[in-house]
Amino acid sequence: MEVAVCVKRVPQVGGRIVVTPDGQDVDTRMSGFAISPHEECAVEEAVQITERLGGTVSVLTLGPAEAADQLRDALALGAHRAVLLEDGGREWGPAGTAAAIVAEVRRRAAEGPGCDLLLLGNEAADTGDYQVGVRVAHGLGWPCATGIKHLEITGDGARARREYRGREETFEFGLPAVITVKEGINLPRYPSLPGRLRAKRAAIEQYQPQWQPEGLRKRALRVPDQPRQQATVLGTGADAVPALVRLLEELGVLK
Amino acid sequence: MNVLCLVELDEAGVTDASLRALTFARSLATGGPAAPGATGPVVAAVAFGPADRVPASLLGRYGVTEAYVVEPSALDGYAPQAWARTLEGLLSVTLAAAVVAAGTDCGSEVLAHLGALTGQPMAANCLTASPEADGTLAVSRQRWAGLLIEDAILDGTPALLTVATDVVPPVPVDDAADPAVLVHEPDLDPADLRVRAAVSAGRDGGVSLATARVVVGGGRGVGGPDGFAPLEELARLLGGVVGVSRVVTSQGWRPHTQQVGQTGTKITPELYLACGISGAIQHMAGCASAKHIVVINTDPAAPILSRADYAVIGDLAEVIPALVAALKERA
Repeated sequence: MEVAVCVKRVPQVGGRIVVTPDGQDVDTRMSGFAISPHEECAVEEAVQITERLGGTVSVLTLGPAEAADQLRDALALGAHRAVLLEDGGREWGPAGTAAAIVAEVRRRAAEGPGCDLLLLGNEAADTGDYQVGVRVAHGLGWPCATGIKHLEITGDGARARREYRGREETFEFGLPAVITVKEGINLPRYPSLPGRLRAKRAAIEQYQPQWQPEGLRKRALRVPDQPRQQATVLGTGADAVPALVRLLEELGVLK
Repeated sequence: MNVLCLVELDEAGVTDASLRALTFARSLATGGPAAPGATGPVVAAVAFGPADRVPASLLGRYGVTEAYVVEPSALDGYAPQAWARTLEGLLSVTLAAAVVAAGTDCGSEVLAHLGALTGQPMAANCLTASPEADGTLAVSRQRWAGLLIEDAILDGTPALLTVATDVVPPVPVDDAADPAVLVHEPDLDPADLRVRAAVSAGRDGGVSLATARVVVGGGRGVGGPDGFAPLEELARLLGGVVGVSRVVTSQGWRPHTQQVGQTGTKITPELYLACGISGAIQHMAGCASAKHIVVINTDPAAPILSRADYAVIGDLAEVIPALVAALKERA
């Protein structure tokens, strides 16, 4: 089973999120970077699949040279090879990103064993475009399921489940396929020390895909207005309970 | 401009997220310059299911002027690419210049497929959209699950947009008229049906986190998997459910289905009672649309206090049992 996973390097925002003075980016001077959360689970899922069925996990990112850090994080979790598609310092939209992934999957298939399963996160933490996986599937002509929180590989097919509005939706289709996953599909492991050492020494393949303009063009980013400011303190400890009960009555939430 | 909106049906008629999407679609349809002599713009809705389950009067109250239904005999169940193909086919029927859907798992997925089928861009989780003089749309949309807003230009024909499920309010029209409900037969490709959902009942049939009226939140301060019983009891007394922060699910204390936040569920309750939660920004992305936020926390300097309405400073292990006792006494 050849599994490829697409990951994205995103800022690790903590207590608040700050926009650069020109309004074009998130200010990352004070933040680290990490793999976007859904994709961290995609890496774990891919590693678990190859642990069960054999095969290799390729991890793929489109980003700056520094995104090699996130590829090494994925290698430390058990991925076998890493590919960096260099973004050339430009901001890539979903159509261009999908085209670059499609080209890489095709290039790989022409050289050796092709990909049986391509995993992505349901949406990137930062841009939240909710479409790269679907566009990749169309580019490759493969079936696609999104928002998946339970995945079984069944011989030459996949059975993928998600919860939607309190019900369970199950999708079954043949491989190769594109599946986008959500956090909760698994609990990602912590990297082992040997894994970290292996990742540190691993070679990373690098390619320069062709950027393309997009139909959705950013003008500026801004932080939305805060409807709430500082909380009114009702009291301290159990002594505050009568005031809390009165408040719940006023809010009309007591039956 | 004419706008086509995907409508998701549920037991009550139309989902809350779709009513929000219809409100957005109507505002987009009426926001542009009207052609001279033209009748009002078309707000077309399309739903999938038996025709007798399409609530025409409810759609009319939300400004729908034409309703299309795809019956199970033509397309049974949820098949995202087939739904997108159906929307594509309805473009020429409705002369829609924009297609709108709720920013749900279903709506996002179907519009992503429509974007791929038509080769057009798609703007996800929009808050506003208005036509520009050059035919593009000025849109504002959520990034970082709503922690940031992006102002952007959407240059596509048709324009494809999903609508944030937690911000745009559902607003009915004053002069409602029931639209005709027309049965539509989509022209599908066999490949459109490769991925189709088999639907079964969910595992927990209780009140859903996303639509609960009261959510009792538990975070790291709960201390471990055994600390949630008092929160469950409190939630029961308030007719609500328990939600948790990301640290709780990543520690394996509670299942991920209970997570509130950017990578979990977005909630819109009357009351969010957040206990032992510091208020990481990714968590606030999931609860910012709560009508009231009340915090129980030992730390008066916790970030969540700067984004809440009321707070009790104290240990939840002390405050919650006392609150439970007081509520029981009152009942």
